[in-house]
Amino acid sequence: MPTQRKNSRNTRRRKTPELLFGDLWEFDPAPESADPKLKESYSLYIDGQQSAPKSRKYFESINPGTEKALTRIPAAGKADVNDAFSAATNGLNKYWSKLSGKDRGKYLYRIARLLQDRAREFAVAESLDGGKPIKESRDFDIPMAAAHFFYYAGWADKLEYALPGGSYSPYGVVGQIIPWNFPLLMLAWKIAPALATGNCVVIKPAETTSITALKFAEILQEAELPPGVVNIVSGAGATGQLIVNHPAAKKIAFTGSTDVGKAIMRATAGTGKGLTLELGGKAANIVFEDAPIDQAVEGVINGIFFNQGHVCCAGSRLLIQESIAKTFVQKLKTRIASLRVGNPLDKNTDIGAINSKEQLDKINDLVKSGVKEGAELFQSSCSLPGQGWFFRPSLFDGVTQSHRIAREEIFGPVLSILTFRTVSEAIEKANNTAYGLSAGVWTDKGSKILKMSTALKAGVVWANTYNKFDPTSPFGGYKESGCGREGGKQGICDYLKVEY
Amino acid sequence: MPSIVVNKYPLKRLIDEVGPVDQIAIEERVAKFTTRSIKKGSKIQGLNLAVSMVDLTTLEGKDSPGKVQSLCQKAQSPDSELNTPQVAAVCVYPAMVKHARKFLGDSPVKIASVATGFPSGQYPLRTRLQEVKQAVKDGTDEIDMVIHRGAFLSGQVQTVQDEIAAVAEACGEATLKVILEVSELETYDNIRAASFLAMNVLRSNDFIKTSTGKTSGNATLANNQVMLEAIRDFYLESGTPIAMKPAGGIKTAKQALHYLVAVKETLGDEWLNNRRYRFGASSLLNDLLMQLRKQDQGVYQAPWKFSDASSGY
Repeated sequence: MPTQRKNSRNTRRRKTPELLFGDLWEFDPAPESADPKLKESYSLYIDGQQSAPKSRKYFESINPGTEKALTRIPAAGKADVNDAFSAATNGLNKYWSKLSGKDRGKYLYRIARLLQDRAREFAVAESLDGGKPIKESRDFDIPMAAAHFFYYAGWADKLEYALPGGSYSPYGVVGQIIPWNFPLLMLAWKIAPALATGNCVVIKPAETTSITALKFAEILQEAELPPGVVNIVSGAGATGQLIVNHPAAKKIAFTGSTDVGKAIMRATAGTGKGLTLELGGKAANIVFEDAPIDQAVEGVINGIFFNQGHVCCAGSRLLIQESIAKTFVQKLKTRIASLRVGNPLDKNTDIGAINSKEQLDKINDLVKSGVKEGAELFQSSCSLPGQGWFFRPSLFDGVTQSHRIAREEIFGPVLSILTFRTVSEAIEKANNTAYGLSAGVWTDKGSKILKMSTALKAGVVWANTYNKFDPTSPFGGYKESGCGREGGKQGICDYLKVEY
Repeated sequence: MPSIVVNKYPLKRLIDEVGPVDQIAIEERVAKFTTRSIKKGSKIQGLNLAVSMVDLTTLEGKDSPGKVQSLCQKAQSPDSELNTPQVAAVCVYPAMVKHARKFLGDSPVKIASVATGFPSGQYPLRTRLQEVKQAVKDGTDEIDMVIHRGAFLSGQVQTVQDEIAAVAEACGEATLKVILEVSELETYDNIRAASFLAMNVLRSNDFIKTSTGKTSGNATLANNQVMLEAIRDFYLESGTPIAMKPAGGIKTAKQALHYLVAVKETLGDEWLNNRRYRFGASSLLNDLLMQLRKQDQGVYQAPWKFSDASSGY
């Protein structure tokens, strides 16, 4: 750890052997130096133009790693959202609906390539704005965003193969609202299938992470996408409400919290609008005694600490078979000692900054409740930077089903550990939640994997791995984790009105 | 009679006992070590540390006292201008031990001798032990033995362990390094099992080692990691620290730094020294020296500056 100073000179005989993860060979700072090319102030992107908001309102986007303002983001008001929907309707009628699938695909390929060309610049912007470690934005967010455009570009002229024998049509104009945990990637998940299927888009990024979406407008311009096909309006929840309630929006696609998802479901009920929701999760990562233990430890770490735990499918509940629980928890503690928390732009950082002060407060609140309810807290002893919003990687041992930290989504680097004895107990505990987005199973036995994947009520079940994504693989939830699927062929179908 | 049934499959039982290794997941894990960015001071420190961990090796049929002398000279003074540390040891065939001892005298650079019918191990135990005793008598500090892979793969794990114990005894004061020859064990499950098999009869700071360098597969970050994790588990369980030596295939400074990152993040500071970690290599040293010169002077020096074979330039 950066400045964890255990006494290297202490030669006192230890009672139990332990490992020393100190500073004998410390890594020098290795900040990513690519220029994110940020502007002092951003515009909305409506009808193919960068335009100042009619609302005349702006807010600041804060770097969570330093708590300093990065740039000014426009807050779209009612007039701006109306403009965006007129532009989208116009774009649909005038251009997009007239293009063949092959030609739509050409634009998507072009966007994908342009995004790849500017990958490093976007990665730095993403890490500055959202706090995620540069190695994740560089190796995961941006390449995966480009991969989604490439993938759906391929589908654009092959829709009849997705729905053989069916007749289908695009919704028309769709309203999309995306979260702050994977800003550009979620934008790609939304825009790519919508455009491939012939829809036009009004999209709103999350207010704390609008920069890459507004930078993405530059790519759309460079790709010469016809005006109005994609419109990007930034703003807070109020702007989102305007999108959801706009009569021109024929479908709403939302990724975010379950509370907001429920409100959207209520608002769209009876309007005939299509809806896909990708909401919260409280995934169980289930480790059996016959699992490859060290790889399971790594998978559990990756499952909960990836992107500071700001992942809707984070493996936030660890279910360990009782026979190996003690060893396993000890191994987790050892592993946590070598995680590097710090400057998101440092290439060696494993865990970056918490996205916002608000989120940090929420994590603190839930962690306090865990301690109060009697769970045993273990935190890495690493030092945290003086500035910025950071949280130590944390484990809660001795958690039960009724603890708040086992039921509510923390959305931070905090793992709740429960145990089980039998397969059926594992299934029962894993499914005992309001959510059902994802789950992990760790065992060396293939038949157990098959049994679990059927029994677990979760949209994704990972076996001997975790947090694996691919554009070809559908993603979505059961129960309060949402409805509809994104990714793969299923993601195509959710942007089409289908008649058989 | 349950005990008879259990004893029927000793290798399977051993693997069950020490646990399996998932191939895909461990290869993914070690790929992350290669994304660590080692710059500036930490790079120089890492390169020097790697130099100090090299077992500078020559294991060829045509080895001569002259070549061993050259090796010993280089081992003691890899780069006198930059004050580069001495390497950990020279590693030679048993017949070369007495020459190496003559050239090294009481230098802190150790002599390591391969033994026990290196590289195949397919010799009678009696002559293998005789080899070890002779090498120790000739002045070697360390013995690099090979395990009987044939016995291991056919399930005679007890035989393998007994032989390791016998060699350890024959070593006396000398440090023992047990070569598992990972490419012949093939699976990570086997590598982990063989590591425990050896460690159970080793003494503190004896080594387990990946390979002879004489087969197609050598050290990789993944098999190195399997063994580091076995060492970690064994240490936390028993309190006996076992050392590690990847050998063969580590040719560049960059690779060496990746291996050191793996050590730092798996076993921690107490393994970041040449008592607990070594590189079995011949060409690695020159690349380390070349990179150190680059750090010092900002430009790369020609290969012949490093007593490298330069006929190709």
